[in-house]
Amino acid sequence: MNTVVAGITYRALLGRRRIILLLLLPLALLGLAVLLRVFGGDDQRSAVLLMQNFAINTVLPLLGLIAGTGVIAPEIDDGTIIHLMSKPISRPVIARTKFLVAVSLLVVFAAVPTYVSAWLLVSNEDGIAPGFAVGVLVAGIAYAAVFLLLGVVTRHAVTIGIIYALVWEGVVGTFIPGARKFSIQQWGQSVADQISDSAFLRTDVALGFAVPALIIVTLGCVFWAGLRLRAFSLTGDE
Amino acid sequence: MKMELSQVSRWYGNVVAVNDVTMTIGPGVTGLLGPNGAGKSTLLHMMAGFLAPSGGTVALDGTRVWKNHHIYRNIGLVPEREGVYGFLTGWQFVLSAARLHGLSDPVEAARKALATVEMEEPKDRRVETYSKGMRQRVKVAAALVHDPPVLLLDEPFNGMDPRQRLHLMDLIRAMGTAGKTILFSSHILEEVERVAQHIEVLVAGRHAASGNFREIRRLMTDRPHLFMIRSSDDRKLAAALIRDHSAGGITLRPDGMEIQATEFRRFARLLPRVAQAEGVRLHQVSPADEDLESVFSYLINRST
Repeated sequence: MNTVVAGITYRALLGRRRIILLLLLPLALLGLAVLLRVFGGDDQRSAVLLMQNFAINTVLPLLGLIAGTGVIAPEIDDGTIIHLMSKPISRPVIARTKFLVAVSLLVVFAAVPTYVSAWLLVSNEDGIAPGFAVGVLVAGIAYAAVFLLLGVVTRHAVTIGIIYALVWEGVVGTFIPGARKFSIQQWGQSVADQISDSAFLRTDVALGFAVPALIIVTLGCVFWAGLRLRAFSLTGDE
Repeated sequence: MKMELSQVSRWYGNVVAVNDVTMTIGPGVTGLLGPNGAGKSTLLHMMAGFLAPSGGTVALDGTRVWKNHHIYRNIGLVPEREGVYGFLTGWQFVLSAARLHGLSDPVEAARKALATVEMEEPKDRRVETYSKGMRQRVKVAAALVHDPPVLLLDEPFNGMDPRQRLHLMDLIRAMGTAGKTILFSSHILEEVERVAQHIEVLVAGRHAASGNFREIRRLMTDRPHLFMIRSSDDRKLAAALIRDHSAGGITLRPDGMEIQATEFRRFARLLPRVAQAEGVRLHQVSPADEDLESVFSYLINRST
């Protein structure tokens, strides 16, 4: 972890228009929770539905994409990354620092709003709010790692990331039961299910698979991103 | 410190960008001269550890450069691309460089580096408000902040106004005199001549020539020159010049004649004398191939 790298990364991310995107999604989640509460949908069933279908399935992958790619891809695109990489700092440290920045953003913009919106509907009933907050957090950590790697590996990180989040996680995960096992969202839900006792929350992937999978994906992607950054090449305009 | 390149090549698919280059860059100022697209940036990126050679080795005092972040304690890099965070002020940018180097007194180092490039006054403005020359100078300050023994600059004078250019030239010369190893790339002969004690010429990815600027100049002036001449009697003049052997070949055209002069200096002295003796009036004498491209292509043909 390098504080100068972290500081520059925060400023680059929060100073640009991305901050609006980072704010809009959690605001939409909170807004929906408020609406449900106002119109009498503040029961466990709606709370779990909102959490599963909006917090984990929509808000989280998009925020993960914005934060995960945002901490590195724009800098690679415009060449500013050279400022960090032409210094005696090991490149894996740069990758790890940027990963932690993305995770911290997901705590603030995904995990905390998830907790608050669930709490607005059902307070702490059956551990739904803390369960989904933790589920979003662990899935967010994995997403940050995956999208960071994507941002290092390809210049089309955002496009590929959207396709991955929507097609694989959304469509394939919904219609092909076996594919659900390999979905970060499902892993997050398994963790939420473990913490929450709500009868409305049912998940397909066993915790014994989800937790190791989350750990392996996260560590693997951060490690690989560091390796790729070590071999980072400037191709020049020639 | 010495940057040693040994049989370095770099190719992209079937395209060879740098072809079997061996050179040693020692203390003092070295200019890497070559036309656009000659592979200067590719070579510089390999020296800076930002590109793996496809063949050969690049080493700094015997230490391999590729995948070795420790070299940046000794290298300052000024890349050609902007590469400056627009949202930072000049001061924050240079200070961040000092901190990234883990210097014991980053504030003082940043202050000194900004003073060196005369950027103290606008240092609190955001970089995005700077002119191209100012950005260039801030980049140089960031590269100098840890006082590195080796400085690599990719087309450093691009986009600078004449005054800034002179100032940076003075600065580079002074650092070279102080014993730093400095390499800068340029496609402008005059620029290189004014700053570098030593010149390496790169053409089409090949190491075409090497030497001090006098040697390079001589190579360039002694090559066969092509002149366009119009006179009152082209045929008579052509015959006289052929008799004197100072012209390798003459082509008569409706709008004048093209003369291949084998020895530039001799030919330059001879032409007016012959014309006077023959009573021919010269209307036009102009070099037909004085552009740098033809100079380079001569050098590359000579080296192969």
